[in-house]
Amino acid sequence: MQSISPAPAAQTIRRKQLGQDLRAYLFLAPWIFSLLVFTAYPMLSSFYYSLTRYTILNPPVWIGLDNFVTMFTRDQLYWTAVWNTIYFTIFSVPLSLAVALGLALLLNQRAVGIGVYRTIYYLPALVPAVAGTLLFVVLLDPRNGLVNTVLGSLGLPEPGWLRSAAWSKPGLILLSIWAGTGGSMLIFLAGLKDVPASLLEAALIDGAGPWQRFRYVILPLLTPVLYFNLIIGIINSFQVFGPVFIATVVRGLGPLNSLLMYMQLIYRNAFNQFNMGYASAMALVLFVVLVALTLLLVRTSRYWVFYEGEKRA
Amino acid sequence: MSEKTIAERPIARPDTTTTPLRRARQRRKLISEIVAHALLAGVGLLFLIPFYWLLVTALKPLNQVFSDPPTWLPNPPQWQNFVTVMTSPAFPFTRLLGNTVFYCVLSTIGITLSSALVAYPFARMQFRGKELMFGITLATMMLPSVVTLIPTYLLFRSFGMIGGYAPLIMPLWFGSAFNIFLIRQFMMTIPIDLTDAARVDGANDFGIFWRIMLPLIRPALLVVALLHFLYAWNDFIGPLIYVTESDNYPLVVGLYAFLTRFSVQWHLLMAAALIITTPILALFFAAQRYFIEGVTMSGLK
Repeated sequence: MQSISPAPAAQTIRRKQLGQDLRAYLFLAPWIFSLLVFTAYPMLSSFYYSLTRYTILNPPVWIGLDNFVTMFTRDQLYWTAVWNTIYFTIFSVPLSLAVALGLALLLNQRAVGIGVYRTIYYLPALVPAVAGTLLFVVLLDPRNGLVNTVLGSLGLPEPGWLRSAAWSKPGLILLSIWAGTGGSMLIFLAGLKDVPASLLEAALIDGAGPWQRFRYVILPLLTPVLYFNLIIGIINSFQVFGPVFIATVVRGLGPLNSLLMYMQLIYRNAFNQFNMGYASAMALVLFVVLVALTLLLVRTSRYWVFYEGEKRA
Repeated sequence: MSEKTIAERPIARPDTTTTPLRRARQRRKLISEIVAHALLAGVGLLFLIPFYWLLVTALKPLNQVFSDPPTWLPNPPQWQNFVTVMTSPAFPFTRLLGNTVFYCVLSTIGITLSSALVAYPFARMQFRGKELMFGITLATMMLPSVVTLIPTYLLFRSFGMIGGYAPLIMPLWFGSAFNIFLIRQFMMTIPIDLTDAARVDGANDFGIFWRIMLPLIRPALLVVALLHFLYAWNDFIGPLIYVTESDNYPLVVGLYAFLTRFSVQWHLLMAAALIITTPILALFFAAQRYFIEGVTMSGLK
């Protein structure tokens, strides 16, 4: 024993730290429980289930990669759903973002009654998917729906929308633009409010027109918000469910599986046919694709996402 | 020409209103404002017409729903459509509403309280493993929910809990990643002196959380609560999977069940759709500021 005095002090500090740790983890206990039971366990077991045949009535049977082989090579509906989901995502995400950004730019001005417009544009985001879908079934009715009546009176072609195989996805995209722009519009608007007025004035003095101000000042400063909205938009549209589920319940909508989306195929396999193993495999593939896409966006973000106060490489 | 003396004029602002340049600029500003308003109103109309059509279709007799030319004003309005829907045994309105409110209220209280509880140590305490735990929390925010759907269902099924709301409500009483993050960010803005003063007075961490912190973060709690309430009200796939007893259906699944029975009665379907949408619109108008703040906050990371 060389010196006695520091030891008890260190001990009290250590004991104090331990007490603090204990108290903190007491606060965290519910969340740790949730992470283990509602996140970690389901994730790990979905790997296991995806390698089994499991119809609930009997215990899971290990079948190796059979589910994936069936999915990729034998299940015709699988590729239909993949194609439909990609088609839907490729159009609905950029279009919704463009509309949301356009509306946010319009709203980002000092004008009388701006608040009223903001409310109006946001309202569709509040409508339950089931209700909004039924409404669009009425609006987009091929024969006497309001949309086609207007198109007809303008001498434009009147598509079959949700009731034709070729036009059902564009119809769904219209619905998703109406219902899906409100949230991202508000986020864009918040981003626009953060664009420093001094930069815009400087650009104005340098003789930049409206388009140049948008392209070279506003848009670069908005890329973090765009990036966030893009990731959320992709994740959501790959998992679109409510509208297509409703649309396919009504007879004659989405003919020839033209509205069959990935999430709905998972639902069908899991909860109508109780093919839990097969459905898990499908969910796992979607999960991997979404995580890969997100990581890809994160990795490429440094080339196009510009954070203020940070130098570009 | 102005008769005013120099003293009467505002000194700081030189009078240039009469120069042609200024007038041209003013005119251009006026024109651009008119164009902006026209655009705003035009797009606004496009966004509102579906709402109008929802209302008038709900007030039409069936033969006017797809009439040619379209019926813009139902004459006379069929208010009894709402009565028909609400008294139809296929759409037991009061029970559906009760179930929805039950789901919304219990899950909202759970998610708000538990997320605040978990957020507290991330904002105010020093402990080992803090970075790691917070990193895991952020990572789960980005996790697509599809991967946990089936195993979670099987888990609840093995406990015999399918049929009611327990599988939908219970997990939310243990925190939710996004809301933990949102509340933690808000807690970081509360001055540390406020909580330290209570500590000097002998309050422990839980006392500080409950008596000092919770009242101070009321705006954030309200935002979380409102956004979740909206989510739960509109949640379709959750109740569709778990709430299999028709006595327990919420409004959205009730509308779906109504649809499967009366899929061609579009006037009644629109009335039912309007009925399930109206309460959430009313809530939005009552608390618009918090809604908009909440959505805005969700995008700022």
